[in-house]
Amino acid sequence: MKLNLKIWRQKSPSEQGQFKDYVVNNANEDMSFLEMLDFLNMDLVRKGEEAVQFDHDCREGICGSCSLMINGSPHGPETGTATCQLHIRKFKDGDTIVIEPFRAKAFPVLRDLCVDRTAFDRIMAAGGFCSVNTGNAPEANSILIGKEVAENAMDSAACIGCGACVAACKNASAMLFVSAKVSQFALLPQGKPERSRRVRQMVAQMDKEMFGSCSNTGACEAACPKEISLENMARLNREMLRASVTE
Amino acid sequence: MLDSKIPSGSIEQKWKNRKFESKLVNPSNRRKHTVIVVGTGLAGASAAATLGELGYKVKVFTFHESPRRAHSIAAQGGINAAKNYQNDGDSVYRLFYDTIKGGDFRAREANVYRLAELSVNIIDQCVAQGVPFAREYGGTLTNRSFGGTQVSRTFYAKGQTGQQLLLGAYSSLMRQSGEKSVEIFPRQEMVDVIVIGGKARGIVARNLVTGELQSHLADAVVLATGGYGNVFFLSTNAKQSNATAAWRAHKRGAYFANPCFTQIHPTCVPVSGDYQSKLTLMSESLRNDGRVWVPMKVGDKRAPNEIPESERDYFLERMYPSFGNLVPRDIASRAAKRMCDEGRGVGATGLSVYMDFRDAIQRLGNTVVSEKYGNLFQMYEKITDENPYKVPMRIFPAVHYTMGGLWVDYNLMSTIPGLFVAGEANFSDHGANRLGASALMQGLADGYFVVPYSIANYLGGEKLSAVKQEQDEVKSAIADSQERLNGFMKIKGSQSVDEIHRKLGKIMWEHCGMARNEKGLNDAIKLIQKLKDEFSNDIRIPGDTRLNSELEKANRVADFLELGELMCIDALNRKESCGGHFREEMQTPEGEALRDDQNFSYVAAWEHTGKTPTLHKEALTFENIHLAQRSYK
Ligand SMILES: Cc1cc2nc3c(=O)[nH]c(=O)nc-3n(C[C@H](O)[C@H](O)[C@H](O)COP(=O)(O)OP(=O)(O)OC[C@H]3O[C@@H](n4cnc5c(N)ncnc54)[C@H](O)[C@@H]3O)c2cc1C
Ligand code: FES
Repeated sequence: MKLNLKIWRQKSPSEQGQFKDYVVNNANEDMSFLEMLDFLNMDLVRKGEEAVQFDHDCREGICGSCSLMINGSPHGPETGTATCQLHIRKFKDGDTIVIEPFRAKAFPVLRDLCVDRTAFDRIMAAGGFCSVNTGNAPEANSILIGKEVAENAMDSAACIGCGACVAACKNASAMLFVSAKVSQFALLPQGKPERSRRVRQMVAQMDKEMFGSCSNTGACEAACPKEISLENMARLNREMLRASVTE
Repeated sequence: MLDSKIPSGSIEQKWKNRKFESKLVNPSNRRKHTVIVVGTGLAGASAAATLGELGYKVKVFTFHESPRRAHSIAAQGGINAAKNYQNDGDSVYRLFYDTIKGGDFRAREANVYRLAELSVNIIDQCVAQGVPFAREYGGTLTNRSFGGTQVSRTFYAKGQTGQQLLLGAYSSLMRQSGEKSVEIFPRQEMVDVIVIGGKARGIVARNLVTGELQSHLADAVVLATGGYGNVFFLSTNAKQSNATAAWRAHKRGAYFANPCFTQIHPTCVPVSGDYQSKLTLMSESLRNDGRVWVPMKVGDKRAPNEIPESERDYFLERMYPSFGNLVPRDIASRAAKRMCDEGRGVGATGLSVYMDFRDAIQRLGNTVVSEKYGNLFQMYEKITDENPYKVPMRIFPAVHYTMGGLWVDYNLMSTIPGLFVAGEANFSDHGANRLGASALMQGLADGYFVVPYSIANYLGGEKLSAVKQEQDEVKSAIADSQERLNGFMKIKGSQSVDEIHRKLGKIMWEHCGMARNEKGLNDAIKLIQKLKDEFSNDIRIPGDTRLNSELEKANRVADFLELGELMCIDALNRKESCGGHFREEMQTPEGEALRDDQNFSYVAAWEHTGKTPTLHKEALTFENIHLAQRSYK
């Protein structure tokens, strides 16, 4: 298979970037998208050209490292799929593919396709936890949690923190990410004691990090590789309301 | 002789005794001690968070962009704990017994007993953090079974247990970061340990974004840097997992124990194509319901669904009736290999066997099967384009985990005083074969419960002199690293680092993989030596030293080459078969591993000398569990 790639190249956060054209001639349809980029890089390196920098690690859709806007969509065309799980068989011979980094003020580009998403860590540090020191825990089965509640909490907790929701949103809002964490803890009894403080502080930190406000378009849900649902946002709003009432 | 510092007393009393004897650091003095933790996987994140809670000044390093991206995130199936919630005969003693036997009697009894004891506290801790484990309708925790045991003691969160446990530890870590007791250094790779006066006093870290090298000083260093399965290039490990931290520590004086003990996991998606970058695990939990089989007839090319029941060989159930599909990993992998060697493997290459869910789907229905394994089935389909609800999965063994690692004593301290090693990076608990769902348990036991005591005991008992950035040891450590990196940039050859790495992987898989023999290992050592020359003369790293994946890879692959050679040396030395280490010369008439307890009941701990490594032995004694040939029949 032959693929024409337009890839964003940028040497550092402070330098200007631009698109460069590359052709991959012998892509094979069993390759994953990232393997195709490995293949391109091997070729570039042999020619003495700089390899394209992109983040990746698990290549199984769980670590949240991979990113990329592929033809304008975060993680590419397939729904519920991270870039690392996308396969070349989803493209056609001769296709042109535009590859860019996730774009958001809160995610500065470090080099080429790598961005800095540590803003998410700072939001977590602001309240994304249950305050329990090691050694402090009661016997596990003394906390009963219905199967359905546990499963709903698990669905929210499945977020991989990749930032696709931010990249998809025209306002670069991080609401889906924050709401997933807030929901997980709001659903579980362990999260109840700190629920007001948590939601207030996480949302405040989100604003401080220069994420935009929710655009109410649902683009985030559509782009999420883990299909985190908009229900979480409704829960976040309820938690905010509750926190303001109980204040 | 290596002193493993095992506490006195009966096996049940040892950990209690150690905790009581342990020296302590008073709360107001803890702030005065800086502790460096390298790694934010389960072991590192849990250790760093706990040390922060205790009041130490903690600095955490990870080459990842965020602590949450550590390789632990990918663990699927579950975590063991001896809670006996199922009332099926489990106990701390049984978990201890299963783990020692599963490890083919090559682990240290005292460590394993402590691990089993701590397993129950881990589950309590994780639940309190809000980890959404699977539950029964009544609200209690539920369990599944894993290989090598006859009880149900594995806790899980769908197929994403590692993710949920890591996010739990990460949330505790971020809480400490918010409280400023822990400082996090992401995208920073440790490239050396700083040893002053014979003690670990800091690290050299490379900022991967700017390329700068910087020294960080401390009173103790904890390495929780994961395993080295990526020596093989193709493995189930995350792409960035590497051995550099452990290897550099080894070169500064930390002994490397049992490097040849690697785990080949039986159920992975088979290799396809020459450009594959990694292998994907299909969790062992699938063997609760998936039945493994090959056609009875050699070269049977029919589609799996056309092969009638009477012409299928459910070989694990046939060979090991009491454990069936849930035999330990080393045994299942070897059996699958044997089927393929007999010409009964399936798929285009003949290098795979079926794992079939037909019966489970008939018994439980699609919904229940998808509730249990949905995300794994989906992952499989994305890779292979085949639907496992309709066609049996095809699986083949792949490199997955490394039981070997830096040698540590009972307190998890390496042979460099002040350098502690936790999680997969150490060698301590799994002997020659790790049982499923035990790595998560060990990582968290080490991090939450062992390292904090060991650090207090060490700092409470040592008089440490002040160290400064200007000291010669610090400056020369930085200079060494700089020189090494400059050296890679200067080579300007014709191959990418990955090309060399793939060649190394091939040598290791062929000669130091599922089956090993004297000639093959000797050949491998020669081939690796040649490959090292190729690396030093022919790699190419275009560009500069800022965020450059090629330079990162070169720095890691140089270490993999040296470690690969040590693995072969160790495999050559161990003239017995045990667990995942199968020397073809040493097998029973049925083709099972034949141990030689007379001569090899020891941990092989290798000292780096710059020339041939020196072997030190830690004798293993079994006072509680009777040494016997493992049987899962
Ligand atoms: C696909 C898969 C599934 C698995 N499933 C299970 C399971 O179900 N149950 C189970 O018990 N086990 C499972 N395992 C094994 C288990 O996940 C690992 O053994 C375990 O998570 C290792 O944890 P760790 O904390 O020791 O290291 P890791 O999670 O590997 O973390 C290493 C950390 O060290 C950092 N690091 C490494 N080197 C450096 C350096 N030089 N400088 C700075 N930072 C560094 C990394 O950034 C990372 O943060 C699975 C493994 C795989 C591959
Ligand atoms: S590389 Fe881990 S999610 Fe894609």
